[in-house]
Amino acid sequence: MSRPARDHAIVATLAAALMRFFPVLHVLSAALILFSPAFLVPLAISLSIGDGVHGAFLHGFVVALVTGVFFFFVTRGTRRRELQPRDGFLLVSLVWTVVPLFATLPLLGAIPGLSFTDAYFESISGLTASGATVLTGLDALPASVNLWRSLMVWVGGMGIIVLAVAILPLLGVGGSQLFKAEMPGCMKDSKITPRIADTAKGLWLVYFAITGTCALAYRLAGMSWLDAFMHAGTTVGLGGFSSHDASIGHFDSPAIEAVAMAFMTVASLNFATHLLAIRRRTTRAYVADAEARRVVIWLSLSTILIATHLVATGTYDSFGTALRHAGFSVVSIATTTGYATVDYSSWPAFAPIWLLFLSCFVSSSGSTGGGIKMIRMTLLFKQALREMTRIIHPRAVAPVKLGDQVIENNVIFAVLAFMLMWGGTIIVMSMILLASGLDVVTSVSAVIACVNNMGPALGAVGPSGTYQPLSDLQTWVCSITMLLGRLELFTVLVLFTPAFWRK
Amino acid sequence: MKILILGAGQVGASVAESLVSEKNDVTVVDTDAERLKDLQNQFDLRTVAGNAAQPELLAEAGAADTDMLFAVTASDETNLVACKVGKTAFNIPTRIARLRSAWFQNHPELLADDCFAVSHAICPEQIVTEYIEKLIEFPEALQVAEFAGGKIDLVAVRAVEGGPMVSHPVADLVDLLPRIDVKIAAIYRNDRPLDLTPQTLVQAGDEVFFVAASANIREVMAEMRQMDRPVRRVIIAGGGNIGLRLARAIESRLNVKVIERAKRRCEFLAGQLGSTLVLNGDASNEDLLSDESVDETDLFVSVTNDDENNIMSALLAKRMGARRVIALVNRRAYGDLMQGGQIDIAISPAHATLGSLLEYVRRGDVAAVHSLRRGRAEAIELVAHGDRKSSRVVGRAIRELDLPPGATVVGIIRRGEAIVAQRDDHVIETDDHLVLFLTQRRMIPKIEKLFEVSVGFF
Repeated sequence: MSRPARDHAIVATLAAALMRFFPVLHVLSAALILFSPAFLVPLAISLSIGDGVHGAFLHGFVVALVTGVFFFFVTRGTRRRELQPRDGFLLVSLVWTVVPLFATLPLLGAIPGLSFTDAYFESISGLTASGATVLTGLDALPASVNLWRSLMVWVGGMGIIVLAVAILPLLGVGGSQLFKAEMPGCMKDSKITPRIADTAKGLWLVYFAITGTCALAYRLAGMSWLDAFMHAGTTVGLGGFSSHDASIGHFDSPAIEAVAMAFMTVASLNFATHLLAIRRRTTRAYVADAEARRVVIWLSLSTILIATHLVATGTYDSFGTALRHAGFSVVSIATTTGYATVDYSSWPAFAPIWLLFLSCFVSSSGSTGGGIKMIRMTLLFKQALREMTRIIHPRAVAPVKLGDQVIENNVIFAVLAFMLMWGGTIIVMSMILLASGLDVVTSVSAVIACVNNMGPALGAVGPSGTYQPLSDLQTWVCSITMLLGRLELFTVLVLFTPAFWRK
Repeated sequence: MKILILGAGQVGASVAESLVSEKNDVTVVDTDAERLKDLQNQFDLRTVAGNAAQPELLAEAGAADTDMLFAVTASDETNLVACKVGKTAFNIPTRIARLRSAWFQNHPELLADDCFAVSHAICPEQIVTEYIEKLIEFPEALQVAEFAGGKIDLVAVRAVEGGPMVSHPVADLVDLLPRIDVKIAAIYRNDRPLDLTPQTLVQAGDEVFFVAASANIREVMAEMRQMDRPVRRVIIAGGGNIGLRLARAIESRLNVKVIERAKRRCEFLAGQLGSTLVLNGDASNEDLLSDESVDETDLFVSVTNDDENNIMSALLAKRMGARRVIALVNRRAYGDLMQGGQIDIAISPAHATLGSLLEYVRRGDVAAVHSLRRGRAEAIELVAHGDRKSSRVVGRAIRELDLPPGATVVGIIRRGEAIVAQRDDHVIETDDHLVLFLTQRRMIPKIEKLFEVSVGFF
């Protein structure tokens, strides 16, 4: 074979291999094109207040749009097949790694001296609605940059809801996979609307409405319009970025804290339940939601528990103050938002560890929160009870039930596998951080905070600090952990199995 | 009366038997020719084999001049269609359908003449379930029959040594319970009714029927026997239709276990039931029963669709220490054999259902019929119409009524108020409901005649 002919053959093989992923790339570039207008919001703000960093946003917008359009058209003509469920894993993982890449552009442009590692961490943290930050001196940052951080959380949250309610169940992954099972009574019609696109539209509308209401409430509670919108985005997205180093504590206002608590709780419920409640104009949707009730109960009881503990240990003198700070911290951490009013990591050890524990499971499936999700925790608990029933009554037929719905065993197995992977992720990632020289509390709590998409942890990365002190390696470990947690582990991990790549 | 019965199952067969003995022309339709042959050999009736929902078959069975249609096949759909066809094509005046689905009870519009045209819907499983529920509420009773929508009850109870009334004459009951209106309707000794006089002695082992307001039942029973503690733990053997309904009805109040043999059915039951513990296994398996501490069970109810199984598992449970056992027994011979021996109560589902079917067959204005003692005796609630001239009942005291021997007026329901007919000087007014206890079913035509209003009334 002549050399040019061989070269040609190699190129053809490569092209063929690449073409296999063209449908995925096609949708990915579409997602990028859809994401690009997000740059225009801070661009407009930057221009109108003249904080001098508008160039960075313009740069980001142009690069994202041009890249998106280029790949969109390159991959368009060659699209030969429909997307298959298996492509979904790759697509979702790529969206959550590639979009943050472009989101770093304004940060790198507007903040001098920011490394790519830190910028990527900040973008991942925003788009996974975690709220862990490497930035200090937030108050001094240009307003448009803070708005951009908030916008990332908000857009990420929107993506997460659709991901959790509409896409992951199709792939057979995620807490919302059980979503169909928990629609009780008259709401048993499995999906909310027959088409995913309609469901997504409805969910986004609810998301918009809640965010708008939240911003208005913040404004009425005393924030400036800019702060109100910025915080509304990170509240409803349960991200927890703030434009102030002291987070919500900066305002020192019970009214603002109350607004934040209310909307964090709303955002930690399943958005599909919100949608149903609005569609059917009934609060029965919440009563029927197997998670909502438990979320509210856990939040209330934990608040009382921690407030009592704080008074008993003499951390606060009055029960009222203790209740205010305990309530805010419980809601903020348990819903995986990560706002702070006080440095809860300096409370007696029981309180911060309990908060960390809550962050692991209190959020509902189909919300913007992270962690194991309430539904998995409920099923695990019921499964444990079932095993005990089986010991006492060996012949008992006792399926796990949620409301009136019998949960199939394979769902239970999936939950158990998820728990194993979740625990495994925490152990492996903590070990890497420990090996890199971080102390125990910081390592473990940082990994838990990242896998739950919460943000601030304990120790060096507690609410009073940032992830700035971490080395590049440690920062990357945290970024990857946030991504894993957000995509409910299996979506990403399945890409690393050889079977996935086999035809 | 010409009666057409669709379905020769347990319900159909027992209705047929009962109606034939009351001199009706009965035709039975079923798909199973063998079963029809058996039925025809046993009773004086006509049978037609085929699908009961087919108009041509109904025509062949003589639907055109039928007075009453009983659609009691096992299928709701067949019964509904048969009623519709019976109304539209043959204009049968009364159409009674057996419907399992609870949906129809809540949506009567489906049964209207312009829909499925069902004049009366009955659900045997539900009737049996309510029957057993009553026995759980009053664990000492053998049977509890409600009248006037539950205002007064007719209760059967076995007198046991140690009860204050045992070895006392019937008249003493008034002295023992001065503030309670109660009337002893009948006493059966060795399966025969006694001729009741105030001097009749109540003996241990007697089956005493009395009437009292629902709230007073417990106190009256306490005179006949020592009272048990209330039922708390129940084991239901058999997770069929009745088992499921029963468990669902009582699981919120009591500790319930259901034993079912079929694994798939168990899974279904566990999905349908809440706090009930569903066990997969054989109810006549000793190990399973002892694992589930049958000796601490207050009530063991066997409700599978197999008589022998029900009897055996109930006997075993009793032997192993269950406080009280109830078995569902279809065959009358078995029921007579078992009741009062090792098995506390043998319920015949067919006869439990029979009462509610007979309500529609009885001539005159009948409000309720309860079949007692597995179909031998009957309690009937009749409405008296007319005035002293046109009626042979209204305007007369109870003792003046020309009742056949063995028939007793035990209660009167007047304008919604229940009166226990303790004395026989109550004067009957028009529109009174009279509750009669009949020791023999063959006296029914006489009673029907007694309550007829003479032509002059209209």
